Amino acid sequence: MSIDMSQFHQVFFEECFEGLEAMESGLLTLDMGDIDSEIINTIFRGAHSIKGGSGTFGFTVVAEYTHIMETLLDEMRDGRRKVTQPAVDVLLGSVDCLREMLTAIQNERDVNNSSVAKHKAALEIVLNGGSMDESVPQVEHKPASESVVVNAAPDIPEEESGDLEEQGWKIAFCPYLDLLKTGNDPVRLFRELNELGELTTIVNIQDVPAFYELDPEECNISWDLKVVGDISGDDIREIFNWVEGDCEMEIQPLAKPIKSAPVAKIIDPEPLELVLPSNPSPKSAEAKPKVAAEIKKSDTQDSDNEAAKAMAKASSIRVDTDKIDTLINMVGEVVITQSMLGLVGENFSMDKVGQLKRGLAQLERHTRDLQQSVMNIRMLPISFVFSRFPRLVHDISSKLDKKIVLKLVGENTEVDKAVVELINDPLVHLIRNSLDHGIEMPADRVAAGKSETGTIELKAYHRGGHIVIEIIDDGRGLDKDKLLSKAIEKGLVEENSILTEKQIFELIFMPGFSTAEQLTDISGRGVGMDVVRRNILSLGGNIEIISELGKGTTIAIHLPLTLAILDGQSVAVGDETYIVPLVSIIESINITERMLNKVAGKGETFRLRNEYLPVIRMRRIFNVHSGNPTKSKEGVLVVVEGQGELCCLLVDELLGQQQVVIKSLEANYRRVEGVSGATILGDGSVALILDVPGLVRFSIR
Amino acid sequence: MTTDVQSNNSRVEQFLTFQLAGEAYGVEILKVQEIRGWEAVRIIPNTPAFVKGVLNLRGSVVPIIDLRERFSLEHSDYSPKTVVIVLCVEHGENQFVMGIVADAVSDVLDIKLEEIKKAPNFGSRINTHYMRGMHVYKKKMIMLLDVDKLLNPDEVEGIESLV
Repeated sequence: MSIDMSQFHQVFFEECFEGLEAMESGLLTLDMGDIDSEIINTIFRGAHSIKGGSGTFGFTVVAEYTHIMETLLDEMRDGRRKVTQPAVDVLLGSVDCLREMLTAIQNERDVNNSSVAKHKAALEIVLNGGSMDESVPQVEHKPASESVVVNAAPDIPEEESGDLEEQGWKIAFCPYLDLLKTGNDPVRLFRELNELGELTTIVNIQDVPAFYELDPEECNISWDLKVVGDISGDDIREIFNWVEGDCEMEIQPLAKPIKSAPVAKIIDPEPLELVLPSNPSPKSAEAKPKVAAEIKKSDTQDSDNEAAKAMAKASSIRVDTDKIDTLINMVGEVVITQSMLGLVGENFSMDKVGQLKRGLAQLERHTRDLQQSVMNIRMLPISFVFSRFPRLVHDISSKLDKKIVLKLVGENTEVDKAVVELINDPLVHLIRNSLDHGIEMPADRVAAGKSETGTIELKAYHRGGHIVIEIIDDGRGLDKDKLLSKAIEKGLVEENSILTEKQIFELIFMPGFSTAEQLTDISGRGVGMDVVRRNILSLGGNIEIISELGKGTTIAIHLPLTLAILDGQSVAVGDETYIVPLVSIIESINITERMLNKVAGKGETFRLRNEYLPVIRMRRIFNVHSGNPTKSKEGVLVVVEGQGELCCLLVDELLGQQQVVIKSLEANYRRVEGVSGATILGDGSVALILDVPGLVRFSIR
Repeated sequence: MTTDVQSNNSRVEQFLTFQLAGEAYGVEILKVQEIRGWEAVRIIPNTPAFVKGVLNLRGSVVPIIDLRERFSLEHSDYSPKTVVIVLCVEHGENQFVMGIVADAVSDVLDIKLEEIKKAPNFGSRINTHYMRGMHVYKKKMIMLLDVDKLLNPDEVEGIESLV
């Protein structure tokens, strides 16, 4: 009779993350001077539905946590509490903490209790209108716990040590600061636990404040406990009964539970958790390495989980009901056309040819529409990516002490889901660059006669079959002379060479090129601009820079709207058919062998209007032997552009233009040089799609 | 024979056997996705000779590998009897679909695991790591292949040097 709740977990997590995003953007837009109650309401609703959902699903850790946030927000909403910047910062921290918790739960990892407790404490301080004193951490009763240990040791002999490995419980016990004030003594709990079975404790003291900040009445330590023995979960819970409201705890059986239902673990009332540790000083030495080992373990687990998450992430997409309705309409049309054609075919006679043709034309139109609507489902507004940038700008600008406003334009521009997923990292990098190197310090800005507050504009719009994303800042701009001298210094450019403005800006995409005088933790590490450009090129897009010294920089990224379909020109080479992406073709020319010039016996060039272009013989580079060799005396030169370089592909024949659906060659095989993918032609055979930039690189080698 | 031994060692697996240059080979039947006749494939440029090309298998692009060339056996022309065995290969967490060209498929055999003999060691000259073992059936020897090792896409590149 029980419903399998886990089937709804995915939806719950998605909703939570959406709610968190809404809360975050709400918090960021809050204007201290003039509080918009509607925004507070939005934030409150976000917290409320997360609380409700997590309660329903039994994620009590989350529910309890959100409850505190909600209380705070509720007071703000009713005007009982003033909205202050520190409170907002704490709430933002809580959003992060919640996100961590949910991610942990989603990936079936243990929630990081100490960080949760820390955030919770911060929230409570705000809630209690906390004076600074309270926020000061305090000392723990280490002495007390030590004494516990001493007591515990003698008891051990009565333990059953038979099933050491199998039986027992692991308890994470993380008391709130005021546990001691409620009259509870962890030592008592440990003593009781020790009566149940052999107790091992590990103390976490990382949250203990510096000595002069310690308040002896607060409990800043948490414990990891292990009780060995044949004990029922109820017994353990009974011990912790009294402190339930005053601590975070997690109880887990020692025998590795089969984690088939990750979430279930938390739901299941049996393994409740709680943690209490006490650290006997003699044991602390051995305890430490253990902790370290555990941390290591969880680290590797994390990375595994991350990978798993990345895979799982790709699995679902939210679609506007409108889009679905259109789709259903289309399908209806197709079905009608099909039945009409069926009717024509049933008693076919020549006088029905006109009708048949009309039907086929209709079918063609409907199929095209249908294809378009299906592709549309994959389209997401770019705001999915943009929405996380306000936070990034907020955090980084306060870290750098810069005043920066982020303007978002065209967030509703739609783009393919795959593009949305892949464009995020390059954009983060570019925006960090703008924040760090682009916008000057407020004082410098004023000195330069600009307003103190810098602006970064993130703009998306459609142009042709592309989406253009621009990052515009009004910062200091790129210094051409500096770029050039740096490039010469690094040996990337010949001395005395004359470069156009565009070519100079392109220099920053070269690997190993950095003008930053010093690396900061915001930019200057991680992916470089060369990686950014490579990523964008691999999406079939390109990136360009316009900059004026002292006025600012604009970085424009052009991306194809979809990665699933492209317009292609099919060309014949021997018996093989290849597809050249139409966007990269400049022109095609009929030539004869005589028109090609050999250069130093190595390469061949073709003179196109005063420009000598390298020629790539497709037959040679792809080792095609089939077809009539005499025909290769004549051929067609397809002039293509790849990565800003022009070059010519010599093919036998142009066949026709068509839209092709891109299939991955890597799915079942691996990357092939010079080929970006495959497609299936009208006759069912496979054709390879040429990777023009790759071919250019390949031919140079 | 006691039942114990039976349950441990007498597990039976089914193998699909096929002919290649007069020799019999076998692959686990659970790996086989389908068997189809030979048809023209699209050549992939600059790949080892044993990768014949790719085929459209209901919308996915599947590489086809000629085992004769893979094993450096003499080449023979494709005939109407030539078949392509489409296999599902697991490599790490990924699954690949690949086809192998064989002269003809013969039988599906139930082979007891205990009757599979270890592949003999030929030293370094002949690499046997993609063989699961040998089985003797009606006095003929069948070489059982480990599909996952044989068709590892990463290995496809450097394989020639191994043979």
